[in-house]
Amino acid sequence: MNTNVEAIPMVAEKTPFASIIKKNLREYGMLISLAVIMIFFQYQTEGTLLQPLNLTNLVLQNSYIVIMALGMLLVIVAGHIDLSVGSVAGFIGGLAAVLMVEYHWHYVPAALICLVAGALIGALQGYFVAFHKIPSFIVTLGGMLVFRGLTLALLAGQSVGPFPPEFQLLSSGFIPELINGEGLRMTSVLIGCLVSAGLFYAAMRERANKVQYGASAEPMVFFTIKNLVFAVAIIFFSYLLASYKGLPNVMIVMFGLMLIYDFVTNRTTIGRRVYALGGNEKAARLSGIKTDRLSFYTFINMGVLAAVAGLIFAARLNTATPKAGVGFELDVIAACFIGGASATGGVGKVMGAVIGAFVMGVMNNGMSILGIGIDWQQVIKGIVLVAAVFVDVYNKNK
Amino acid sequence: MPVPRGIGAPDSTQMYGGEPVGPILEMKGITKRFPGVVALSNVNLVVQAGEIHAICGENGAGKSTLMKVLSGVYPAGTYEGEIHYEGRVQKFDSIRDSEEQGIIIIHQELALVPLLSIAENIYLGNEQGKFGIVDHEQTHRRTVELLAKVGLNESPETLITDLGVGKQQLVEIAKALSKKVKLLILDEPTASLNETDSAALLDLLLGFKAHGITCILISHKLNEISRVADSVTVLRDGATVKTMDCRETPICEDTIIRYMVGRDMADRYPQRQPNIGEIVFEVKDWTVFHEQHADRKFIKGVSLNVRKGEIVGIAGLMGSGRTEFAMSVFGRSYGRNISGKVHLRGESIDVSTVSKAVAHGIAYVTEDRKGYGLVLENEIEHNISLANLPGVSSHGVIDSGREFAVATDYKRKINIRCSDVFQHVGNLSGGNQQKVVLSKWLFSGPEILILDEPTRGIDVGAKYEIYTLIAQLASEGKCIILISSEMPELLGMSDRIYVMNEGAFVAEMPVAEASQEKIMRSIVNAGKN
Repeated sequence: MNTNVEAIPMVAEKTPFASIIKKNLREYGMLISLAVIMIFFQYQTEGTLLQPLNLTNLVLQNSYIVIMALGMLLVIVAGHIDLSVGSVAGFIGGLAAVLMVEYHWHYVPAALICLVAGALIGALQGYFVAFHKIPSFIVTLGGMLVFRGLTLALLAGQSVGPFPPEFQLLSSGFIPELINGEGLRMTSVLIGCLVSAGLFYAAMRERANKVQYGASAEPMVFFTIKNLVFAVAIIFFSYLLASYKGLPNVMIVMFGLMLIYDFVTNRTTIGRRVYALGGNEKAARLSGIKTDRLSFYTFINMGVLAAVAGLIFAARLNTATPKAGVGFELDVIAACFIGGASATGGVGKVMGAVIGAFVMGVMNNGMSILGIGIDWQQVIKGIVLVAAVFVDVYNKNK
Repeated sequence: MPVPRGIGAPDSTQMYGGEPVGPILEMKGITKRFPGVVALSNVNLVVQAGEIHAICGENGAGKSTLMKVLSGVYPAGTYEGEIHYEGRVQKFDSIRDSEEQGIIIIHQELALVPLLSIAENIYLGNEQGKFGIVDHEQTHRRTVELLAKVGLNESPETLITDLGVGKQQLVEIAKALSKKVKLLILDEPTASLNETDSAALLDLLLGFKAHGITCILISHKLNEISRVADSVTVLRDGATVKTMDCRETPICEDTIIRYMVGRDMADRYPQRQPNIGEIVFEVKDWTVFHEQHADRKFIKGVSLNVRKGEIVGIAGLMGSGRTEFAMSVFGRSYGRNISGKVHLRGESIDVSTVSKAVAHGIAYVTEDRKGYGLVLENEIEHNISLANLPGVSSHGVIDSGREFAVATDYKRKINIRCSDVFQHVGNLSGGNQQKVVLSKWLFSGPEILILDEPTRGIDVGAKYEIYTLIAQLASEGKCIILISSEMPELLGMSDRIYVMNEGAFVAEMPVAEASQEKIMRSIVNAGKN
């Protein structure tokens, strides 16, 4: 047992504080990068970036990318990829338009049918990937073409709209103000405070649980400062949004899904199994995990989230166009990789993918405000994607 | 383009017959630091020209690091000390530099491209031809010559993937010979070979020695070292402990072990008092067809039984079907068209999926821990809980505190050497990785443990710990099936031994009546029929 100490002088030599900083830098590196990027654009745009109106737009513009990134992260962690999500989102938007505009369905059953359709599309593609071992790149490349074509066929090449006003509220609505009619939306500020308090409480409980079982936890001071910074940031953003029209409905959906998927990936057995499947499929199978079925589920899940994103995007444009969703898959996949997911599977965090999506979103937004042309925007985004992954890989190999 | 200079054309300045003519290699005061860790501390190694020099030491003793320093993987300047080779101080900046000087290293994990042919692999990076155009005829001719020298009777066009591990090893050696090799370094060349192939490989090394090639042999297998080595250097914790000359006084295995672990190891296998009860686990008339070739019967009507508290060994050569048998029983993880019955305490049970097998208390500890046993980039605690996630969760939600407590408990109980259970298993040594795999299966609460080569590629100290664990499990009344290619291990640990050959059991004997000769004889005799 003495050899424990001898074998790892590395850990023993270091002061605990330095190692905590280092560990946190690695874990929150991406978040810090996002903050730096935001400060950079805030400065360059002379404060436009964080103006309440612009901030609201930023959330609206990126919500569907973030939502799809949640599903894509699971697919990538399981060791697959889904190139069809943009086409599927476009197809579902078209389906929603046909049901609601042409057939005058009520928006609730129409939306439900759309989610089921998304699940079926995911199941169809997942079936070939999971049970017949066709590489997901090929299956979903096919799916990308098929559903783009079906979108065109469904809409007969036309734009179909407008949607019923209730449905538009999904993307253009804000949570109702209960306290303070006009001016600062107090309800939104209150929700921001409650959410940060809730997250703080959850973090405290997790730490207490760790301490109880004797696992090493970071010092109380450090823990408190870190979580206070998070809490203040959340309250600050909800305050900014509240000074415009309050929290957008879609942000509530997005935030809820983020929390659910973060919980599923970190805390549940099914999440753990997906990581094991992506990390070493053979070992996972020999540990009694039904790997085929699990891969299948990740694709169904992706299909449903692509459908959600398709609905949000259609509601935002208030019309379904055959071009809807073109190129979304690239932003979604880039978000996951910028956020630290590994292309070989087994590695990646939900919050990483969300941050990755916002890195892309803030850059799009900031560069547009600065008047940088779409040509150079793409060049810069491409460089950022490769650079982010390079830094990640380089750090791992060091 | 270097002309392949095989063993038939030794350097004329060297004497034949392995008599020393002075050192070919002297590594003096080598110290290699990694951030926060001293991997090698003032290591000295003197290798005489024309000898076979064995290096042994526990995993993590610094053997591989030393060889990486020598071959230029760690370039000159990143370590302290001097390398004298053929009388000159050498500063290698890359493997290419050391290879040009005739130092060729063959790593434990073979570096062959599976879907290229033998000839293409041998001349990979050194293609025969001009202006980038491959001369196939010359490649073929030279490959035939090289294969003859290593005694491999295969066509140069055969794909690597169609060869067994033993033959692949020979291809690696042929590749080394295709370069101007003066100092051949083999890192655990026999780790994945069976006894016959190992013996052939060692004979080959003796043949090279007769032709003046110097060898450095890194090995855990002490019987091999005592058979071929002229001298032995023992490393422990990154330092040279002792260099022994074996020509004058034959080396004693126990002495080496003592130097390696820094303590006496009175017995290599723990003493145990078998307490064997009634038959618990039975496999009857088990037949499996080959996974790729559906018409080939791979396991032919095998029947086996294990009693409570009994350790049953399965002996056999590589490829005899032991692993395939075990994996097919464990949730049909291998093969197709499986037939036969599995009984637990006299009742027939369904083991058609891994989860059903696990639910009936069967655990299979794979021979390939990196490929089939572990998720290398996950934490130790996640690997340990993987086969029994319900055991650390409720309603599908993992209790991370309970998971940590379980993992830490196993870390302590079976002595997994790590800073904490959040360490990634990919960073652990082989022995500690094996302990993680064992912990995973122990946590699944098994009654029947199938251990497939549980001590492959791990050092003597860790081996003893694992043997002790196996003995303890048996004394707790578990049924153990021990598959091993190391016959002393089977004889030292088992109560009863089945001998497998070509997919069938050809003999069964209590350990009291068993011996290495008897096991080999039953394999050979079965082959004759």
